[in-house]
Amino acid sequence: MRQIDPDFLALPLRRLADAALARARELGAEYAAFRVERVRAETLRLFDAKLEGSIDADDLGFAVRVVKNGTWGFAAGIALTPEAAAAVAEQAVQVAEVSAPINREPVELAPEPVYSDVTWVSAYAVDPFDVPLRDKVALLGEWSGGLLGQVDHVSASLMQVKEQKFYADSVGTVTTQQRVRVHPQLTAMKSDGERFDDMRTLAPPAGRGYEYLTGTGWDFPAELTALPALLAEKLAAPSVQSGRYDLVVDPSNLWLTIHESIGHATELDRALGYEAAYAGTSFATFDQLGELTYGSKIMNVTGDRTAEHGLATVGWDDEGVRAQSFDIVTDGTLTGYQLDRRMALLTGFGRSNGCAFADSPGHPPIQRMANVSLRPAEAGPSTDELIAGVENGIYVLGDKSWSIDMQRYNFQFTGQRFFKIVNGALAGQLRDVAYQATTTDFWRSMDAVGGPQTYVLGGAFNCGKGQPGQVAPVSHGCPSARFRNVRILNTVQEGGK
Amino acid sequence: MTPQETVERALALPGADDRVVIVDEGSSANLRFAGNTLTTNGVARSSQLTVISIAGAGVGVVSRAAVRPDQLADVVAAADAAARDAQPSEDARPLVDGFAQADWSAPAEPTSIEVFAAFAPALGEAFATAESSGRRLYGFAEHLVNSVFVGTSGGLRRRYDQPTGRLELNAKSPDMSRSAWAGVATKDFTDVDVAALDDTLAKRLDWAKRRIDLPAGRYETILPPTAVSDLMIYLYWSAGARDAADGRTVFAKPGGGTRVGEQLSGTPIRLFSDPRHPGVECVDFAVAHASGREQSVFDNGLPLDQTNWISGGTLANLIQTRHSAELTGLATTPQIDNLIMESPTGAGTLEDMIAATERGLLLTCLWYIREVDPQSLLLTGLTRDGVYLVENGEVVGEVNNFRFNESPVDLLGRLTQVGASEQTLPREWNDYFTRAVMPPVRVPDFNMSTVSQAN
Repeated sequence: MRQIDPDFLALPLRRLADAALARARELGAEYAAFRVERVRAETLRLFDAKLEGSIDADDLGFAVRVVKNGTWGFAAGIALTPEAAAAVAEQAVQVAEVSAPINREPVELAPEPVYSDVTWVSAYAVDPFDVPLRDKVALLGEWSGGLLGQVDHVSASLMQVKEQKFYADSVGTVTTQQRVRVHPQLTAMKSDGERFDDMRTLAPPAGRGYEYLTGTGWDFPAELTALPALLAEKLAAPSVQSGRYDLVVDPSNLWLTIHESIGHATELDRALGYEAAYAGTSFATFDQLGELTYGSKIMNVTGDRTAEHGLATVGWDDEGVRAQSFDIVTDGTLTGYQLDRRMALLTGFGRSNGCAFADSPGHPPIQRMANVSLRPAEAGPSTDELIAGVENGIYVLGDKSWSIDMQRYNFQFTGQRFFKIVNGALAGQLRDVAYQATTTDFWRSMDAVGGPQTYVLGGAFNCGKGQPGQVAPVSHGCPSARFRNVRILNTVQEGGK
Repeated sequence: MTPQETVERALALPGADDRVVIVDEGSSANLRFAGNTLTTNGVARSSQLTVISIAGAGVGVVSRAAVRPDQLADVVAAADAAARDAQPSEDARPLVDGFAQADWSAPAEPTSIEVFAAFAPALGEAFATAESSGRRLYGFAEHLVNSVFVGTSGGLRRRYDQPTGRLELNAKSPDMSRSAWAGVATKDFTDVDVAALDDTLAKRLDWAKRRIDLPAGRYETILPPTAVSDLMIYLYWSAGARDAADGRTVFAKPGGGTRVGEQLSGTPIRLFSDPRHPGVECVDFAVAHASGREQSVFDNGLPLDQTNWISGGTLANLIQTRHSAELTGLATTPQIDNLIMESPTGAGTLEDMIAATERGLLLTCLWYIREVDPQSLLLTGLTRDGVYLVENGEVVGEVNNFRFNESPVDLLGRLTQVGASEQTLPREWNDYFTRAVMPPVRVPDFNMSTVSQAN
């Protein structure tokens, strides 16, 4: 197991925390939390196997959040000295005082055991920041070069993030954590003179190190070898006829549908209206907990912050709550929400399930998404067996375009590849496909869930939420699954052509 | 160490052939509220040093936060080493000629929570008024000041201080079934009239008391300035010259080249950016922390001037670096942080357009806009916070929300009316883009692809 980097531990973490928490107490705060965070991110982009640009950037700073007379106050600073930490604590208290006249809901937090001086490091083997930039450029260049000649252009990118957090609160919890994630992507492009199209790799982002690019967790050479022929077939494929079809949805596409139509819909801050002006609310309102038929009986969805290599996986959340796993949909019925400490107490859950997250030292923690995943069927069917049960349908792979309304009812998704299914077998690719549905109609139409052999952990680095805007990484595991009678659009016709 | 001192010291260290040093000093204050009460708040500071080292045609970029004086040499050395290790950059050009800005040495002035000194009490009064009138207010107020300092080993010294403020105000009925939204961009919150905005929202919630369900279909539709801005900003973001030249976007000419010079609209609309446009002033030189499809680190400091993207309805320019301009044989027209749309024949307010409508839909704003097809720039998204039915010049009730599928490029060719332009806050993109001046427009056949049950 990897250790937390010594240069982060060498920062004056405890001295800063002591100064900030003591000052907050002196000024009458009934609760205070202190966080130092360093987020290092390196991005490189190649076009046609040549480096187009790269940047190695970090964000380093600290934050103090207080509750004073029942009102939140948050302030963030950058100078890592005890004097600055105390001054920022004063600012946080001042913000609480300025805000108090417009606060009508006193802040109280659900209790959580104290964790004194605990550490956690995510599961990875090779720190991507230990790998020289030239080696990464060379690998992406080699992958790109292998496609050029078969396709017209290739773009390639690699995003790498290392996130380090130190947290201490006035109750006595102290946590220190480090996690790493990587996301390599390649997109091949080709034109036949009249049409232009592209196809991206299906490899998901992962809570892994550089080993992900060298054979652990994904077979990039195999995927890249297949890409040119798949793109050529797509370019020559017929345009889909709009109508209703049965769908078999691959995990490479279904993760995003889960994210948008289940993950966000079961965030309790949305259901309670705290996100109403921005991200929106949820059709899955709190009064329907335990009652709402979200999907068919074979639908079981969990939230967790514990899955190995999950992008939302941590040891403790940004309110000092131990990472957990919990039910969200059980046998098709809504049975849970994602919580933070304030909402957990407010709504009678008693304990938070650990979904508070801040994306940077300059932002306060808000309720963010756990790894929300669809459970596979034990001894369930393979993807081929799911396809075999379809007379007239479409097999969908890879995510592309996505959009869903502000209450998570109506969504529309496209993908990277669409194969026509005729009498239980694939019958070539289709173009210009989008599927459109209402969330509960879609999940209630799911009549088969694939087995564990079809399960893949997908996800994204950049889930957006909150004001000021914050981005969060999150994974979604799912098997292949089958849906009946789903509306398919022809995107060219939708454009009026 | 001041930002200016950081720039000078980083440039003075030996090592690379050339260097560009950028310091971004940021400060922010915000208030967020829901259901007539505060939910979150905060103030924050940031300081980011970006060192761009150039060795031959190789470039190394290292960017670090909160750099102390004793750490500066390490950051510069890391960038120098990355440059020596790098492949030659295709966009390599001589650095922009030296230019020393007169106010270079002035200190950066941060914002603080005090920016809300008058606004916060007014917001509290609006909460009380809304509460007593059966409305719930939701929203967000934010003030940012970002000061950017750019220095190069060629002697260029430029800085820009950018205040950015925004208020989003959303009123809902207690059962959340009716919703209305208003947003304003501001430089300092002294010009924000919360009570007036709340009055507007109250009127719209009253409009929504009569509910009319309509099916999906193509409708004559009036888009207000905020909705037009969200569509035009996406069009602008899609106007990269390299992607067009490579055949990847709606601005690619079939068979090769770009569509520059092609008529996109029969209406003589003008879509342009101008760093000195009154009310939406923005940084007037290029700032690039890393090279990419639409920016080049070698262009740092390049002066930005008024640039037409569409002129007289014709595609005039695409977003360019000096490198992409050479590749495409077109003018060097870098991206600018504001967007203005107007028509020489544009006249009338939104209210005038409502009064001139026999039957049509009036939108409030658009939401969750995403690209479906880059080749046609087909976008999908939702209507939000009030779709109203207009009959015989008056709003007669609220209609259900819709999912739309439309291309802004295609829409430009179908406009039947363009109103007078005004400053607006983009509903969808205001996290990234707040400086917009747009007209309301009328489209005879906006494609409402399906009904959304969302309120």
